[in-house]
Amino acid sequence: MLLSNWNNYPRIEAKLEDLRTEGQALQMLEMNRYCIPRGLGRSYGDCSMNRFVISTPKFCRFISMDSNRGILECEAGASLEHILRVIIPRGWFLPVTPGTSHVTLGGAIASDVHGKNHHLHGAFGSHVLDLRLLTPRGDILNCSRDKDHDIFEAVCGGMGLLGLILSARIRLVPLESVFIRQKTLPAKDLDELMGFFQEYQAGTYSVAWMDCLQKGKKLGRGLFMLGEHCRAGEAPHAELLPPATGGARLPFTPPCRALTNPGIKAFNSLYYTLNSRRKGRSVTDLKSFFYPLDGLRDWNQLYGPQGFLQYQFVLPRCSSGAGLQKILQHIHSFGLHPYLAVLKLLGPGQGPLSFPMPGYTLALDFPIRAGLFSLLNTLDRVVLNLGGRIYLAKDARMQKDMLWQGYPRIKEFLNLKKRLDPENKLSSLQSRRLGICQNPY
Amino acid sequence: MSKPVLILGAGSDIARALGHELAAAGHDLYLAGRHPEELEKDARDLQLRYSINARGMFFDALDFDSHQTFYESLEPGPYGLVLAFGLLGEEDQARKTRKHWEKIIHTNYTGCISILTIAANHLEQAGEGFILGISSVAGDRGRKANYVYGSAKAGLSTFLSGLRNRLHSKGVRVITVKPGFVRTRMTRDMDLPARLTASPEQAARDIFKAIIKQKEIVYTRWMWRWIMLVIKCIPERVFKRMSI
Repeated sequence: MLLSNWNNYPRIEAKLEDLRTEGQALQMLEMNRYCIPRGLGRSYGDCSMNRFVISTPKFCRFISMDSNRGILECEAGASLEHILRVIIPRGWFLPVTPGTSHVTLGGAIASDVHGKNHHLHGAFGSHVLDLRLLTPRGDILNCSRDKDHDIFEAVCGGMGLLGLILSARIRLVPLESVFIRQKTLPAKDLDELMGFFQEYQAGTYSVAWMDCLQKGKKLGRGLFMLGEHCRAGEAPHAELLPPATGGARLPFTPPCRALTNPGIKAFNSLYYTLNSRRKGRSVTDLKSFFYPLDGLRDWNQLYGPQGFLQYQFVLPRCSSGAGLQKILQHIHSFGLHPYLAVLKLLGPGQGPLSFPMPGYTLALDFPIRAGLFSLLNTLDRVVLNLGGRIYLAKDARMQKDMLWQGYPRIKEFLNLKKRLDPENKLSSLQSRRLGICQNPY
Repeated sequence: MSKPVLILGAGSDIARALGHELAAAGHDLYLAGRHPEELEKDARDLQLRYSINARGMFFDALDFDSHQTFYESLEPGPYGLVLAFGLLGEEDQARKTRKHWEKIIHTNYTGCISILTIAANHLEQAGEGFILGISSVAGDRGRKANYVYGSAKAGLSTFLSGLRNRLHSKGVRVITVKPGFVRTRMTRDMDLPARLTASPEQAARDIFKAIIKQKEIVYTRWMWRWIMLVIKCIPERVFKRMSI
């Protein structure tokens, strides 16, 4: 079948085999020369793509839940959506959640995903107590911070290249209400926006939407959003029910790009103006706060069949201000505007290939069109020169040096790779493009 | 336990998806099949997700002698039974080796009769409950591609029809499910037309609705009822020349 991840680029002919049981996992690794595990395909690029793919969403059983201490163990293919459905009614929530609930537990660990609370609570891997890893040699390792901690750390963010995550135990956080107290602050430019992150560092959830079509004085204008869980008595009383699942679908797949520059420009202005006027506090439910885009299940199709790229980088805190300015200016000089831009302050990272580092991360969604790749190559240089790096789960095109210089602990990772997978059995298009695995396609 | 349901062949993709539907509706479950250790994991999963009771257990459709003891070991006795095991087999092999066609017939027909007869007697006594058998559209008309399988499924459909007739007055409902194409392990090497093919989850939802809505014969996806109606109407004189 024709396979692509969420951004529909690249697209390759691939064979997907559903994993259902642990026994099958070993067979699949033995039978295939090269393969890579893949969850729900929500990454933006070629990291979980190969000619042969071990598809994990059917390997999704709950193994145990300690409702008193908030500890959950599931097989790797369980989606966060399913997990939320079980834990919310019992008064628990995920300690870290990305912007969609349609990712698997294994995928969340392998990409070491972060959420709006990264500056305080770290990435997903920080809340994994232990995990079971099937190595390409057929051993099952039970690793944690105490046992095989080097492997454990590298698997978090390791893009599925060190072994197949079979199951994991994660620590949950208590939840009193299904509502979030939200505060929206308009910022007229980049400085003000970054100032808000600085000022509200103690806030649990913070993120900013940026209007990238603004230039000059308004460069980097946006909306800063802050969120706190409501306490039990604080919000309208409601049972702890998980967010409704489902969500609308596009009535048909658009044959061409449905989003256009003028459309986005109008939307951005309207969105900014409405939210600036309405500014201040509101109470919202978990789904609209954490997973606004899950409401339209196939929004990725709006970018048309040629797909889109998400460019997400992080810059060290000290060089963030100037760096972001520079990047926005480059974007304007190329005349290629991102349709969505999200800014977030990150805290320290963990594993050798884990993305976060203390500083600002900006995620930009670009429709694929002429000139985009050379713009991104230009941005790469800026990011690299300032000591930043690119998120591997969002990468479909960067060159080797971005990995080798952006991730200084790459050698550590490669040593583990050599130890656990000397034949490079687990390899993805990305791992070959970036020179982690040298074997042929 | 609340209205426990016994699923035979509980490791099949449709049965696993149906297990979720039944558990979400609050039914306790006996998950029976040839890999009890995996079924035990499924049971644990369903217990955790839906706060019901569930157990995995060993059941071999071909071991007829064990069926009586197996069924009577279930305590409390099942309120409903879902028969979900089956074997498509390979027509080529069935033409050549007796062992293979025997296995197809015994899995899809004889084994079903054996366990359903026992269950029917118990449910008849209880005076409530349901029996749901997963047959196939292949049983509606014999085709050269899979007529050994198809004839066994035809036998199963006819048996279920008779059972429905017998148990109707006793308060026990009998439901025949005829799936068309479903994307499962059974069909993983086939090239299936997307519009006519159900996912196991879709099929499970259709089946669960049939239980709730007191249907007799359900096709999944729905259009298969009309497709098969047309196929059944083709005169044998014409049909024998066709390749469908």
